[in-house]
Formats: sequence, structure tokens, C-alpha cells
Amino acid sequence: MKQSKFLLSIVFSLIFGLSTFASSIKVSEKEKKQEGGIKIEIKDYITHHLKDSHSYSITSWTNKDTGKKTYIEFPLPVILYDEGFHFFMSSALKHGKSVVESNGKFYKLNYDNSKIYKTNKQGDLEYDENNYPINETPLDFSITKNIATIILVALLMFMLFTGLAKSFALNKGISKGIGRFFEPIILYIRDEIAIPNIGEKKYKKYMSFLLTIFFFIWFLNMLGLTPLGVNVTGNIAVTFSLALITFLITNFTANRSYWGHIFWMPGVPVLIKVVLAPIELLGVFIKPFSLLIRLYANIQAGHIVLYSLIGLMFIFNNMVGSSLSFVLAFFISIIEILVALLQAYIFTMLSALYFGFAVAEEDH
Amino acid sequence: MEKLLSEFSIGLFFWQTVIFVLLIFLLKKYAWKPILDAVNEREEGIKNALLSAEKAKEEMVSLKSDNEATLKKARAERDLLLKEAREMKQQLIDDAKDKAKSEANKIINQAQEAIQNEKNAAISDLKNQLASLSVEIAEKVLKEKLSDDKTQMDLVKNLVKEVTLK
Repeated sequence: MKQSKFLLSIVFSLIFGLSTFASSIKVSEKEKKQEGGIKIEIKDYITHHLKDSHSYSITSWTNKDTGKKTYIEFPLPVILYDEGFHFFMSSALKHGKSVVESNGKFYKLNYDNSKIYKTNKQGDLEYDENNYPINETPLDFSITKNIATIILVALLMFMLFTGLAKSFALNKGISKGIGRFFEPIILYIRDEIAIPNIGEKKYKKYMSFLLTIFFFIWFLNMLGLTPLGVNVTGNIAVTFSLALITFLITNFTANRSYWGHIFWMPGVPVLIKVVLAPIELLGVFIKPFSLLIRLYANIQAGHIVLYSLIGLMFIFNNMVGSSLSFVLAFFISIIEILVALLQAYIFTMLSALYFGFAVAEEDH
Repeated sequence: MEKLLSEFSIGLFFWQTVIFVLLIFLLKKYAWKPILDAVNEREEGIKNALLSAEKAKEEMVSLKSDNEATLKKARAERDLLLKEAREMKQQLIDDAKDKAKSEANKIINQAQEAIQNEKNAAISDLKNQLASLSVEIAEKVLKEKLSDDKTQMDLVKNLVKEVTLK
């Protein structure tokens, strides 16, 4: 236990500690003082939060007298591919206030959509009618806030579950400490998700994936509810990746009977077989697609509702309204904790179900 | 849809996939396999322990009934032995009694026979002696009586008188 705490502190210092700094950037007073400014500010804040970010921001505030905006954040490495790799820390971007020169090329961050664009030495960006830059974008492989969180969760999971495995080995099959909490969950996934859906004979080769994806989604969902303000599982790229892995595993482990049921449904007239084949084939893609949309939409919606309710407190700005929205936000938070677990469960459950279809024996 | 696509970050997708796949394989090797093996082993162990306990219980029950049967058998055997011994004793006593009785009877019979024989011998001896004695007496009486002719003649006359012709 002591060892894992020590390891954890190393991980934290590696990710954050070494590069911790608080930057102060002078920003010009925006036109947010006008009527309805706070609503726009909240909307911008929520939109910005839902997106990925190049730095790990903890908090920021604006000094009303000097107009100085202070950020408390951890800079993260920016990795761009644009005729060769470009590498610099996100602190150099200064939230889109400055142009970064790397190997003779110039890059600038557009703060509104958190994207890095190619630009010239002066940092000129051309905007379209929706106020999005139309400049070229380099391939962005930066370790963003979401990726840093994913790495953090991956390390956390690795330490947690190897620790559990060690405690099992040490105590002859009896878990100790935090493992006592996770062991029943692991057994639940095996006994209630994997075995009933996939079958006693074949569930074993899917267990690693099911356990990993369950805890991965659950931990990321839970982290999304912390004041760290990350939105990893509410990001379409992340859920797409997860669903793609489910899709690939389903189709690469599928047996003859599975493909037989898709392309040439047994037991129905030939005409219906022909009609069914494209529908079934479409289903192959719709199933994982529904997975990715479900997780993305649920988490995204949860974050929007929660942030909106918190924002309402500032819009009401009076005792009654603000306390009411606080109570609402509080209850939504509790529901979101439930949703975090539920979405992880549903994703795992449906993945297991699809694996079950793929390896079902022809015995009906 | 267009908004979703514009939000799609290839970098995030790339890292997420790489990290996640790596995580699956690392956890598989260092966590899930040992954990599931340990749990399986534990469950197997519990199952075996329960089974063997059940078996031991059954064995104990059969052992108990075995013991009881043996005890019963032993008791029956003991009873039989006792009964046999008792019978034998009775028989021995009876035999001895019978033998003694028959022996005694035999002795008595022999004694009686001997007595009878002795008695018979004595009687016959007595008869003989009585006969010779009476002959002698008769001789002496006759000698006395027939010492004169007159008495002789009287006797003859008496005898002749007795012998009447019919």
C-alpha cells in the first residue's frame, strides 16, 4: 500500500509537478460588460469546457482593477506533425495570445475551439462566417488535457489492479484493502456480464477487454465530475476509439454462424434472405455506432446540464434563485455519479452482448 | 454531424487508442490474469473443501453405521456364545446326572442281583441241609420206633389200613 502511494506521488509529480507554474497573461477587457454579457460568458465557458484543451487548467480569474487574467494550470507538451514533428510546451501558446515559432513554421491557438492553426509570423488568422479560422491545421498529436487524463487513469488502473493482483498472490486468494471494494465488481462483470452474455466456454478471452473498458469508462466518467473539469468520455474521438475496438474484436472473433446469420439468414425464404442481408450488414456497424453515440451523448449532456445549472447561480445572482440552482446542481451531480457507473455498465454489457452474438453456437 | 466531425481530434483518437490497447494488454498480463486465476483457484478451493467436507460427513455417517453394525454383531455373537455356554453347561450337568443315575441304577441292580443270588444260594443250601437233616431225623426216629417187632407190625398194619382198595 505504501509503495503504491509512493508510486502515485511520482506519477503526479511527473505529469504535473515538474511543469507546474502559474502564468499571468494580460488580457484586454472584452466587451463582456454589456447587457447579457454574463450569459455569453457562461455559454463560452461551457462550450470551452466541453472541448479538449492544450493545457491542464485548474482555475483562472481576472483581476478587475488591472484586467489581468491569471491562470493556474499545468502546461502540456504540444506535438504537431507538419512536414516533420514540432514539439513545444503549451505554455508558449499563451491561450492563443502569441504565435509560436517551431522549425521555421508559425502556429497559433484559436482559443474558441482549442485548435492550433498554421499562421504567419504576425499570427494572422482568417475567419469564416461562423467565426472559425480557415487557416490550415497541422496534424495535432499533442498530449492534451484529455490525453493527460487518460494517461493518468491508465496509470491509476495499472497500479490499482496490479496491486490487487499482488495482494491476491500474497494472501492466497484473499483481497485486502481497496481490493475488497473492487473484487466484487470484477466478479460481477465476470458472473453477471461476461458469462451470461458470452457463455461459460468462451467468456475468458474477452474478460481482459471487458474489465479494462468498464473501469476505464467508469473512472473517466467519475473524473469528469471532479472539479478537474475534464470531459474525456464526452468526447467523440474517445468514444469512437472505444467503440471501434469493440467493433474490431466482435468482427475478428466472430464465427461462421455469425456471418451466416448476417449474409444468409438461415430458416427464412430466399427473397427475405436477400432483403435481410443489407439490413443485417448495416446492423454490424450500427451496433458499435450506438455505443459511441450513447456514451458521448450521455456524458456530454450531463456536463452541459450540470454546468448550466452552476451557471444559473451567477445569472440569478440572488438568494432564492441561486440556492435553488445550487440544490438542483447538487442533485444532478448525484444523478451524474449514477450515470457515470451506469454508462460504464451499459457499454460493457452491450460489448459483451455483441461478443456473445459473434461467438454464439448454432444450436437453435 | 458536421460539428461532431469538426470536433473530432485525430490526435486524441490516436493516443486514446494506443494507450487503451496498451492498457488492455498490460492489465491482462499483470492484473486480470493473476486476479481471475486467483479468484478461480479460490473458488475451486472452496468448492473442493465443501465437497471433501461433505464426503467426510458421509464417511463419518457410514463409519458410524458400520460401527453400530459391528457392535450389534458383536453383541449378538456374545449372546449366542453365552447361550451356547449355558446350554452346554446344562447338558453337561444333565449328562452327568444321567450317567450318575444310570451308574447308580446299575450298581443297585447288580447289588440286588447279587443279593438275590446269595438268597437263592442260601435258600437252596438251607433246603439241602433241611432235607438231609430231616432224613437223619427220620432215620433216627425210624430207628427208634422200629426197634421192636410190635411197633413194626403196628406200622405195617396202619399203613395197610391206610391203603384201601378202591
